[in-house]
Amino acid sequence: MNAIVKSPFAWLLKREYWEERRGFLWAQIWAAGVLVAISILGIIALEALRLRNNIRIGMDGNLSALLSNGMQHNAAGIAPGLDGLMLTFGTIAAIVLFFVVFFYLLGALYDDRRDRSILFWKSLPLSDTSTVVSKVIAAVIIAPLISVGVVLAGYVALQIVASLWFLAHGLNPLALLWTHPEPFSLWLHLLAMVPVNAVWALPTVGWLLVWSAAVRSKPFLWAVVIPIIAGVLNFWVGLLGLPHLDPQFFWGSLVGRALLSVIPAGWVVPDFGAHGVDFVGGDQLAAISYGSMAHAFTLPEMWIGAAVGIALIAVAIWFRRWRDEA
Amino acid sequence: MNDAFAAVAERPAAAPGAADTIIHARGLTKRYKNTVALDSADFEVGPGRIVGLIGPNGAGKTTALKAALGLTDFEGELKVLGMDPRRQRPELMRQVCFIADVATLPRWIRVHEAIDFVAGVHPRFDRAKCERFLARTKLQTNQRVREMSKGMIVQLHLAIVMAIDARLLVLDEPTLGLDILYRKQFYQSLLEDYFDENKTILITTHQVEEVEHILTDLLFIRDGKVALSTTMEEMGARFAEVLVNADRVEAARALKPIDERAAVFGKTIFLYDSADPEQLARLGEVKRPSVSDLFVAIMKGTYA
Repeated sequence: MNAIVKSPFAWLLKREYWEERRGFLWAQIWAAGVLVAISILGIIALEALRLRNNIRIGMDGNLSALLSNGMQHNAAGIAPGLDGLMLTFGTIAAIVLFFVVFFYLLGALYDDRRDRSILFWKSLPLSDTSTVVSKVIAAVIIAPLISVGVVLAGYVALQIVASLWFLAHGLNPLALLWTHPEPFSLWLHLLAMVPVNAVWALPTVGWLLVWSAAVRSKPFLWAVVIPIIAGVLNFWVGLLGLPHLDPQFFWGSLVGRALLSVIPAGWVVPDFGAHGVDFVGGDQLAAISYGSMAHAFTLPEMWIGAAVGIALIAVAIWFRRWRDEA
Repeated sequence: MNDAFAAVAERPAAAPGAADTIIHARGLTKRYKNTVALDSADFEVGPGRIVGLIGPNGAGKTTALKAALGLTDFEGELKVLGMDPRRQRPELMRQVCFIADVATLPRWIRVHEAIDFVAGVHPRFDRAKCERFLARTKLQTNQRVREMSKGMIVQLHLAIVMAIDARLLVLDEPTLGLDILYRKQFYQSLLEDYFDENKTILITTHQVEEVEHILTDLLFIRDGKVALSTTMEEMGARFAEVLVNADRVEAARALKPIDERAAVFGKTIFLYDSADPEQLARLGEVKRPSVSDLFVAIMKGTYA
């Protein structure tokens, strides 16, 4: 274990974390923090309204009684409510993670060429393969693990805030809030999804890294504009009645996989048809069940994408090795 | 410092192709799309030498260094510490250190992060030594590179590099953009705290005067070819500068100088390659030419 922690590769990962701390960690903390802060503001507003206007809420105008009443008569609703809260934290973290990882990958092999610090990194006894692979791992394992960790911290923080609120109204938060294992079990699903997301993300990871390693400037433009132009051209060729690829396949399975596979739980979408999951009907939890995760590994999209992604990463390594900044 | 230098200077240069040759290049060629940066260059660098790789802009200096560091592909034969820099780069970089002008340290990194990282990935890095060097500077361990002056960045880079027990140190315009105090200190530190008979330093610079007194070998490069390869003592024996009075100028020209330039009081300075010392002594005061004067003479016409 100690040997792993002290290996050069572990230092490469640490290096990525140091450089990207702001996106990997602080962006997530800010997002979760905003959610907690909004909740606190909401509670304060509710209390202030009650005190200032003496508004009568509920049957006897007593918020404590109302909460207590609601909790007792609607005990079955508490767990799904807490699940929804956990899912909200998870969704916001996933959105932040998508943007952070997308732009991290675009800059990962480009920024140090632009500011010439690549000459410092290349003066150390590290292979270009290990350098590039460390950036892949940072994008698909390190950043997601941090985000899932912050989700748990944010959720617990909010539950502590709610507990204080309940206490102030003479309710027992232990019995009401902390005896429900469901949200924590849901969190374990988020954690278990990390490796599934990682394999699913590979085509986008490879695509973005290739442009990051290859172009002299503006990797974003190359990486994003080329697939879009290709998609439009393919559609146009189709309009002419010439041989072309099915536009739905082109946009979904080529452009979409090249650019959007770093969206957490993106594999759920192609899984729908196969599984008959009704997303709109509130089946979100079923969509990210362990069964659904296992099923994702049976999708050909998963494995074809992974193979293409690994090939693209190999191309990025080649560029990193031989790209000459003369 | 001067004693150390003298001891180095007296050692003979490595025999071509010797087993302990640090760099061995034969027919080293590098073509870019429209230009030939290196045109079948041949050279040897022996151990325990401080070699100045000197040439005008675009002569191929940086390309030669990049080829030696495995940063670019090339044609021909090139061995660094007996290894092929194209195929054995990570192994090679355990024994080779490299500073490419200032400001190549990543701007986000903090002093302690840079040290931790190099200590983590470099098997030949001596952390205590690095910290001793840093203690002499004003650098704070929590300081980021982006908060440092150019001089401070180079102090940090130098402290890291000098704490690595490497066999070859490559410096590409290391003092570019530094003020004079840092420049002097840079070479002073290298000589006093780093250089020894097991190490070799390869320097490219425009500031020839600055490194002249520390070099043991010269490698002039022009249009991708090696124009002159010599040790400093061979250079002193082979080239001579004579300060000639106006009345002897014709006699001086008869000895086929490689360069002449005007001096004060109507005198002329002639530069000779392999001339008879006795004949020269009869013309006037004989001196060893400076590297920069020799450089100008040999590179004449490059910019014409």
